[in-house]
Amino acid sequence: MNLHFAKIALYAGILLLGIILPIIFPAYMGQMTLLWLMVIFALTWDILGGQMGYNSLGNIFFFGAGMYVTAMVQIGMYYDLAEYTSPAGGGIYEFTFTQYFTGMGVGFLAAAIISVLFAIVLGRLVFGLRGPYFAIGTLAIATVVGELVSTWELVGGGGGISLPNYPGEPAGSRALFYSMMFILAIVTFLFLKWLYSSRFGLAINAIRDDEEKAEGMGIHTLRYKTVAWSVSAFFLGIAGAIFGNYNNFIEPLEVAFPTTTFGIFMVLMVLLGGKGTLWGPVIGAVLFHIIKEITWTYLLGWQWIALGVLIVITVVYFQQGIMGWLMDKKPHWFGIRVEGDKQRLSDMVAGEAK
Amino acid sequence: MSDSTIVVDNITKTFGGVVANKDVSLEVKKGGITGLIGPNGSGKTTLFNSIVGYHPIDSGTIRFDGQEIQTYRVQQIARLGLLRTFQQTRIYGKMNCVENMLISIPHRKTGFWDMFASRDKETLERADRLLEFVGLYEKRWLRAGDLSFGQQKLLEFAMALMNEPTVLMLDEPTAGINPTLINGLIDRLKRANEEFGITLFVIEHNMRVIMNLADHIYCLAHGQMLAEGPPEDIQNDQRVVDAYLGAH
Repeated sequence: MNLHFAKIALYAGILLLGIILPIIFPAYMGQMTLLWLMVIFALTWDILGGQMGYNSLGNIFFFGAGMYVTAMVQIGMYYDLAEYTSPAGGGIYEFTFTQYFTGMGVGFLAAAIISVLFAIVLGRLVFGLRGPYFAIGTLAIATVVGELVSTWELVGGGGGISLPNYPGEPAGSRALFYSMMFILAIVTFLFLKWLYSSRFGLAINAIRDDEEKAEGMGIHTLRYKTVAWSVSAFFLGIAGAIFGNYNNFIEPLEVAFPTTTFGIFMVLMVLLGGKGTLWGPVIGAVLFHIIKEITWTYLLGWQWIALGVLIVITVVYFQQGIMGWLMDKKPHWFGIRVEGDKQRLSDMVAGEAK
Repeated sequence: MSDSTIVVDNITKTFGGVVANKDVSLEVKKGGITGLIGPNGSGKTTLFNSIVGYHPIDSGTIRFDGQEIQTYRVQQIARLGLLRTFQQTRIYGKMNCVENMLISIPHRKTGFWDMFASRDKETLERADRLLEFVGLYEKRWLRAGDLSFGQQKLLEFAMALMNEPTVLMLDEPTAGINPTLINGLIDRLKRANEEFGITLFVIEHNMRVIMNLADHIYCLAHGQMLAEGPPEDIQNDQRVVDAYLGAH
């Protein structure tokens, strides 16, 4: 009863903060857009890395793929893409209000679908790999694709593409992309909360604990792994599409496929918050983003060193993360029972996720 | 078709130069309890692994209920209803016993959308009953990895039953379990066979256990079938005694 109320208060508080804070402090809207992006990064990384035990270093690929797909669709629907991205071009390309939003709608949809298709196809290739081999294999995908896109002239190569300009006041565009990222983060969270409470959550946990046993019990392991990665790809693809438009300019190595920044941040945030939990990635992302912004502001020049120290401390001394640590110390907060009780399983309310 | 469920016909399996199984044939009777014994390194676990599709075999055929399965993969065979437990007990260590049970449902009938099924009353009831059956009811909220070795074996057995197999292959079910628990386990294995109608195929080192349990026993030595017959015959077979004492 009490716990139930606390939960509702927590959700309401987050919802209110997400809406009120950017209205009171419009200067921080950009920061908060990034914050929600970090939450999406952490949540989607944890599906494989935490819940399923597959440490992917290549998830950032779907982020970049979504970004490029939407850019190509949004521009290609109204102009000749090759001409638009040609360095010799320099024509003036304007998008009307309708063109802008229609392009974005179609572009986001395409970004999501194509990212999922990539996950299905690439999954066939990399899910034969286990442990560190999987990590390196997926890292290779993201790195190679980044380099390949750099040489692909149709999409501007290493020079990147400017996305359509928002047809209106810049403040309006900031609010629009903030809202999109905020809503996507909430939807991602709620979707995963439901997903983990279903049989799917149990199955990917089983794969994490002992994949050979899971195979021996007849679980469709490849099917579960592919769907898990597809869910990741779906949300990352849309996040990439939003971020590309928010940034207004995309290029392969720093913005779309940044394996050494965003690609590593997503892992670190999950480890910091506690992998394999629903709230861990959220807590980790918020904390990480705050630490990162503080070091970037007050320790400029030393920020990468501070980040390195954080990585070392987390990986070496604090692998269970904040949520893992709390679950260890205060199991009853999470309904983890240590003592037996008499209540029949079948009399209990079904499907409560931790 | 005969009354045998697993029919192994002349299979050979080598690892490099080592011949682990050579021209091994055996039949597991439907509804019975068949034993497989043999000294260490005689190829019992290799034979199990071959049957459940863990590795490809060099030659021979394996039939399960009339269907040739030697080219099937582990999951396909498991979904046919032929399940095995491991010598080194394997459970999902970070999940609690209940979760271990809930994910061990039979997957042979599950379609794509069943991946997202929520927990239903019937499955929960079955998990309840089986945890009670193996005597882990009090411990069911513990993380499986925190259970003792013997309890993990019991959990693995309960998970196997949850899967509703038609044939269950057990690799040394009593290894590492204390003598009092062993009696309880023999009793439960027999009940699983009689009440749930599950055919059992058991590797066992403990002679007292296997002689009590099985109605038909095969003995492997050096990768080859040495003897077969009812427990009394095997017990008195000089070749079997020699093999165990190292004369072979």
